Amino acid sequence: MPVLIFIDTAEGHVKKSSLEALTYGAKVAEQLGTTAEGVVLGSVTDDLAALGKYGVKKIHHVAAEALSHFDAQVFAKVLAQVAEASSAKVIVFSNNLSGKAIAPRLSVRLKAGLVSGAVALPDTSNGFVVRKNVFSGKAFANIAVNTDVKIIALSPNAYQIIAGEGTAEVVAFNVTVDAPKIKVTAVTKASGEVPLTEAEIVVSAGRGMKGPEHWGIVEDLAKVLHAATACSRPVADAHWRPHNEHVGQTGFAIAPNLYIAIGISGAIQHLAGVNRSKVIVVINKDPEAPFFKAADYGIVGDAFDVVPKMTEAIKKIKGTA
Amino acid sequence: MKILVCISKTPDTTAKIAFTDNNTKFDTGGVQWIINPYDEWYALVRAIELKEADPSAVIHLITVGAADAEPIIRKALALGGDEAIRVNADNHDSYYIASQIAEVAKQGGYDLIFTGKETIDYNGSSIGGMVSELLGLPYVSLAAKFELAGNKATITREIEGGEEVNEVELPVLVSCQKGMAEQRIPNMKGIMGARTKPLKVVEPVAVDTLTSVVGFGLPPAKAGVKLVAPDNVEELVRLLHEEVKAI
Repeated sequence: MPVLIFIDTAEGHVKKSSLEALTYGAKVAEQLGTTAEGVVLGSVTDDLAALGKYGVKKIHHVAAEALSHFDAQVFAKVLAQVAEASSAKVIVFSNNLSGKAIAPRLSVRLKAGLVSGAVALPDTSNGFVVRKNVFSGKAFANIAVNTDVKIIALSPNAYQIIAGEGTAEVVAFNVTVDAPKIKVTAVTKASGEVPLTEAEIVVSAGRGMKGPEHWGIVEDLAKVLHAATACSRPVADAHWRPHNEHVGQTGFAIAPNLYIAIGISGAIQHLAGVNRSKVIVVINKDPEAPFFKAADYGIVGDAFDVVPKMTEAIKKIKGTA
Repeated sequence: MKILVCISKTPDTTAKIAFTDNNTKFDTGGVQWIINPYDEWYALVRAIELKEADPSAVIHLITVGAADAEPIIRKALALGGDEAIRVNADNHDSYYIASQIAEVAKQGGYDLIFTGKETIDYNGSSIGGMVSELLGLPYVSLAAKFELAGNKATITREIEGGEEVNEVELPVLVSCQKGMAEQRIPNMKGIMGARTKPLKVVEPVAVDTLTSVVGFGLPPAKAGVKLVAPDNVEELVRLLHEEVKAI
């Protein structure tokens, strides 16, 4: 009765958020005195056996061609079959964009209670209780899963990846796969940039930048930090930056290790999207900006002066100056 | 074409978050309730736009909640929509709520079901996926654009670090996020009209819950901001590098 972890891939590579799920799932298995197994759908170029170093003993691989494009309905049906064949009692996803689509479908299919957006290991001292964030990061809830089979979707960036030693046994899992009803006709990827929801560091800027033509200093800072760029809602609404950079209540909720906010006042709607960041740095010339109350570090100063200096100082410590 | 839009009642973004009954219940005292922004700005408004393009379309709204959800569903009707259904049930887990919506949807024969991508209170992002599985429908999550030509929907959805365009035949269930539509404010005609639009109350079907809330808590408060002088940026970088090892 293993813990089964869904390993999400893109263009043949295992996503970072899935490595978090693997490490987490292996720890849950250890807690429950059982083994961890992974499941991969579709063809991959990464060496699956090497994923053993994250603590999985076995990987079920369903390589069917029909799984090369994502269709949550098709994926959930295949996963249900793998889960049933392996008698998994706990199934772990990353609560990334794929996990958010598949885990609820699998929950219905297996009639297994789901905790989406888990931020800690389950407490098994009295039942099976998992902590998750609620109220857009302003509170947490402890959720008891009352079904025999349990599904946990782990919040990205909430659990640290630990790589050890070991190889996993890769086993082909043969199953008839339905033809997807959804046809993927185009994929556009921002190449070379760090995906916002997976980024460990995010550099974000707001109206204080005064116009889209001034974003060069924000991008330079992001580049030296290997960070993703983000923006506040007014900036996205004014089309200074694309909508997919908007973080906040109605944009994306993110939880990076470091969030650097430049020229953003920190309205409560913005904070709701970023308050789970581990360290928050605020650069704003207004000492009364509410964001300073939610920040760990701050500089009251002019972004056009401070940000280039920061980029230079980081280059120095990274030895790239 | 029949469209069903799922509407949820959530506390206003600025509401004070506190708990009662030994931290097992959300303290609703003094809370302003709103339509969950994703349901309103993106799901409902896009459905209204589709009806504007095709006046023969019919929009039904559904909410699962007690009688105190009615002001919210009336407000949604003021924006648009032809009639509303309230499933008279208290808040349970997402499986319970999804099952109630699926039950109504089965009888309604909808071509298109829209939900918001998540609610801002429970942040589950589960209802769309669960309802689609209960109905055996394809599901496109986190949609930022939705176009319809005859029976074929072309949907742009978010993927990690990019976007993907999906084509799918109706019926389909779509969870909506930023990009789908722009926020609207109900006008006086809409508000007056909403008073007389049908609001049907149906009793819930018996369904198990799969999870339950044991308790709530608040994250530890921040220690307070450490300010660094603007002419000492190097000190900030040093702190980030050495003190918190964030860079």
